[in-house]
Amino acid sequence: MSKRLNALYGWLLILPAVSLLAAFTHLPAVMTLLASVHSTPRGTRPPHFVGLDNYRDMMADPIFWQSLWNNLIYALATIPVSVALALTMALLVNRSFPGRSLARLAFFTPTVLPMIAVANIWLFFYTPDYGLLDRLVGFLGMAHHNWLGERGTALWALIAVAIWKESGFFMIFYLAALQQIPATLREAAALEGAGPWTCFRRVTLPLLMPTTLFVLINALINAFRMVDHVVVMTRGGPDNATSLLLFHIFEVGFRFWDSAYAATLTVVLVTILSLVAALKFHFLDSRTHYR
Amino acid sequence: MFISLKRMIAGVTLACGLSMAAALPAAATDLSFYFPVAVGGPITKLIDGYVAEFQKAHPDIRISPVYAGSYQDTLAKALTALKGGDAPQVAILLSTDMFTLIDEDAVLPFEQLAKSDADKAWLNAFYPAFMENSRAGGHVWGVPFQRSTVVQYWNKEAFKEAGLDPEKPPQTWDELVAFGHRLTKRDAGGAVTQWGVQIPSSGFPYWLFQCLAIENGVVLANEAGDKTDYANPKAIESLQFWHDLSARERIHPSGVVEWGTTPKDFFERKAAIIWTTTGNLTNIRANAPFAFGVSMLPEKVRRGSPTGGGNFYVFKNASPEQRTAALEFVKFMTSAERAAQWGIDTGYVATRPDAWETPAMKAYVAGFPAAAVARDQLQYSVAELSTHDNQRVTKALNDALQAVLTGAKSPAEALGEAQANAERLLKSYR
Amino acid sequence: MSGLGRSSPIGPAMAGLAAWLLAALWLLPMAFALWTAFHPSAFAAHFDPTAPLTLENFSRAWEAAPFARYFLNTSLLVAGVMAGQMILCTLAAYGFARFPFPGAGLVFALVLMQLMIMPDLLLVENYRTIKALGLIDSIAGIGLPYVASAFGIFLLRQTFKGIPRELDDAARIEGCGPLGVLWRVYIPLARPTYVAYGLVSVSYHWNNFLWPLIITNSVSTRPLTVGLSVFAATDQGIDWSVISAATLMTAAPLLIAFLAFQRQFVNSFLRAGIR
Repeated sequence: MSKRLNALYGWLLILPAVSLLAAFTHLPAVMTLLASVHSTPRGTRPPHFVGLDNYRDMMADPIFWQSLWNNLIYALATIPVSVALALTMALLVNRSFPGRSLARLAFFTPTVLPMIAVANIWLFFYTPDYGLLDRLVGFLGMAHHNWLGERGTALWALIAVAIWKESGFFMIFYLAALQQIPATLREAAALEGAGPWTCFRRVTLPLLMPTTLFVLINALINAFRMVDHVVVMTRGGPDNATSLLLFHIFEVGFRFWDSAYAATLTVVLVTILSLVAALKFHFLDSRTHYR
Repeated sequence: MFISLKRMIAGVTLACGLSMAAALPAAATDLSFYFPVAVGGPITKLIDGYVAEFQKAHPDIRISPVYAGSYQDTLAKALTALKGGDAPQVAILLSTDMFTLIDEDAVLPFEQLAKSDADKAWLNAFYPAFMENSRAGGHVWGVPFQRSTVVQYWNKEAFKEAGLDPEKPPQTWDELVAFGHRLTKRDAGGAVTQWGVQIPSSGFPYWLFQCLAIENGVVLANEAGDKTDYANPKAIESLQFWHDLSARERIHPSGVVEWGTTPKDFFERKAAIIWTTTGNLTNIRANAPFAFGVSMLPEKVRRGSPTGGGNFYVFKNASPEQRTAALEFVKFMTSAERAAQWGIDTGYVATRPDAWETPAMKAYVAGFPAAAVARDQLQYSVAELSTHDNQRVTKALNDALQAVLTGAKSPAEALGEAQANAERLLKSYR
Repeated sequence: MSGLGRSSPIGPAMAGLAAWLLAALWLLPMAFALWTAFHPSAFAAHFDPTAPLTLENFSRAWEAAPFARYFLNTSLLVAGVMAGQMILCTLAAYGFARFPFPGAGLVFALVLMQLMIMPDLLLVENYRTIKALGLIDSIAGIGLPYVASAFGIFLLRQTFKGIPRELDDAARIEGCGPLGVLWRVYIPLARPTYVAYGLVSVSYHWNNFLWPLIITNSVSTRPLTVGLSVFAATDQGIDWSVISAATLMTAAPLLIAFLAFQRQFVNSFLRAGIR
């Protein structure tokens, strides 16, 4: 087949997907960028060009900084813990033992439940005094606590929900990867006298590296994208202690009706995620080489 | 499946009936009506019933109710649709959204619709306390429909156990504190098993704080909605009182208290006195496993509570025929009989005095006197906090309240900052 | 598989115990949901083994919203989105994998942008687009922004690239055109990827909330999650019994599907090379 015909086929094949992608990702992204340098249209007042005013307001907005900071803590806490737990779970249920299917189901269940519904159930979990958590804590002889109502614990309570929700999803990826590791590799290591821990560290873990990267980056995206539980459980409170970036955007855009400022915040979020994207391609590329 | 099938049949029958009606010479007027309830549930059925009844009387008008979720979702939907060019013609939105809707140039003042004497009389039939959140700049922008106010619920059994008269709720702040001490129970280890009093502070703490502020004699915003008074010393004092209930008196749970779990806390005997909306009356009546009472809130220098809830709005994009039809519909929905029925069915406060004179309401109140407490409190009620750029200006206050209740800032500091914030936001509206 | 079990650095008995403990911890919220769903709401916070069992919460949840219709809507949505994704992503992945054209690298990088900038983040602008297309309040309107999926294109491209060229050539010699080759060779060989991607897609769209909430207005288009928001904290406070019943009800199909097909899912992930 000629090169030109090949290229034509290529274009025709990608055209439907690419035009839809452009319509719902690239075009709106550009529109958002434009909106961020204009004022918010209100009533009969049309938008007008304001330059970097919205960005200047953003620098002076303490809630933006708090949300950004919260989001960083949220990401730094959810990502390593959920990935480590996912790996642990995968290792645990990769071997056969009585009730393995049930354990897999237990880990995976949170993934398929709608966040909007489980957030309400977790609300009960955290209810002071008669909630499940306070019951457990009380059973251990410790004092009751208003988990979602104190600024010291509220964000951590949401982090726990996110970890619970995500670990099982990542576990599936690890499980698939683990089953692909040839048993002979480990047997060889064992023959050379490597203990199970050394074997894990020297053989299994390095072989899981590509999966770990894939999962890490997905976890990072989710850390900036998941806000349903914030909406249900705390609405960003107390005093913005649990406000995350996307929640702040949602609030500014659909509660305050300040579409220009919401666009400005969106530009920041998109920039952060684009940096992540750049990292991702870098690592995915090296992963391909690895393969 | 069964239910939805029945619904579908009902829908089809209705649609057939309507299309037959539409075939008559007069062209039908279509109205889309946004209603703030999450889809489904008993409220939806009530509204569907009212709409069907209305259409029977007005075969030339077709109403399509849209159940749009929470109040905030409904506003979000209405404004997004407005920007997209297909706003509803009629909607029930928060009374406090009035300034937002005016600033978005979305709604019509009712004087432009209600021109006849009968129509004007109808506009004057509602409780003045509810109309406070319906007027601005000399116009009426909203008509009260599902309105509420904050009341005090108390557990009579807990009062008896604490040696208090179960028929006498606290009438003043001092009594609230004194009773609270008697009602707060601790186990051997010193952990609290029952709090004396609980005032929720998640989500929209400004509404509950307004109770305290009003009772202490300060109104937090002016009528024009362009000036707040957050840092008034009396407001600071009120917040100090709320803060001290937990931090100093230790008769109130600490931190931010979840609104959604407050009724459950009451049922679980975790809190002996709670402040919450009249809209909870039906729920509490159905689920409290003990005898309970409902009363007005206690006073400091005066009684008082803010009103709350939703008003009817008519949108500007409605055509002249749609405007006439919308007025008919709103009048129908807010008539004395319907206001009474709506109050009985839902626990909201019937919005006009003559609704309380209807036989249905009289019978209801005779059997359940607590239902009238909210009405009696109306004479002391004040408009719910509402300003231009409302969500932001109230958020400034909400954040300040939560900062104080979680011990991060002092009342004077937090309210001072909130006031400065509100000033900055409201300056351009004056 | 038992041979692989030795990969665990922990002793077998300990590992089993740890698995059980962790699973129990993970199931705790669900166990609570089960408890409250099957007991009267007065027992929601009292774990009394003698508490009476009831199905009333389920009937109340069922009546609180037209869930049968919502199940149908969600099924249509999920099936429609998946069908669209499968077709568009297959074509695009095939194009990227086998038909090099000038600028393909750049276009592919632009496609991958969507992995980060999901349509959820651009709510306001996307609403405008859907409005311009006249698709507000339709199931197509909920699904359309997601139909072209970068994740799907990426996965399928990887899989297609791994398929030996010889098979491709053999089919061509037998007289297949490019689409024939796709249909005869690539799609059958990529089946595990389709299954794995299908699982991810279904669980995402089954649970998506914010966008459907904004874009739908009526019972005939709303998906389950929006129906579930009936129970989100309201004026009247939270009734956990009904929420739990509704949650179990709506999640049941996915849970049962996972239970039934979990081995296939895991194997698909394994063979799809998503690692």
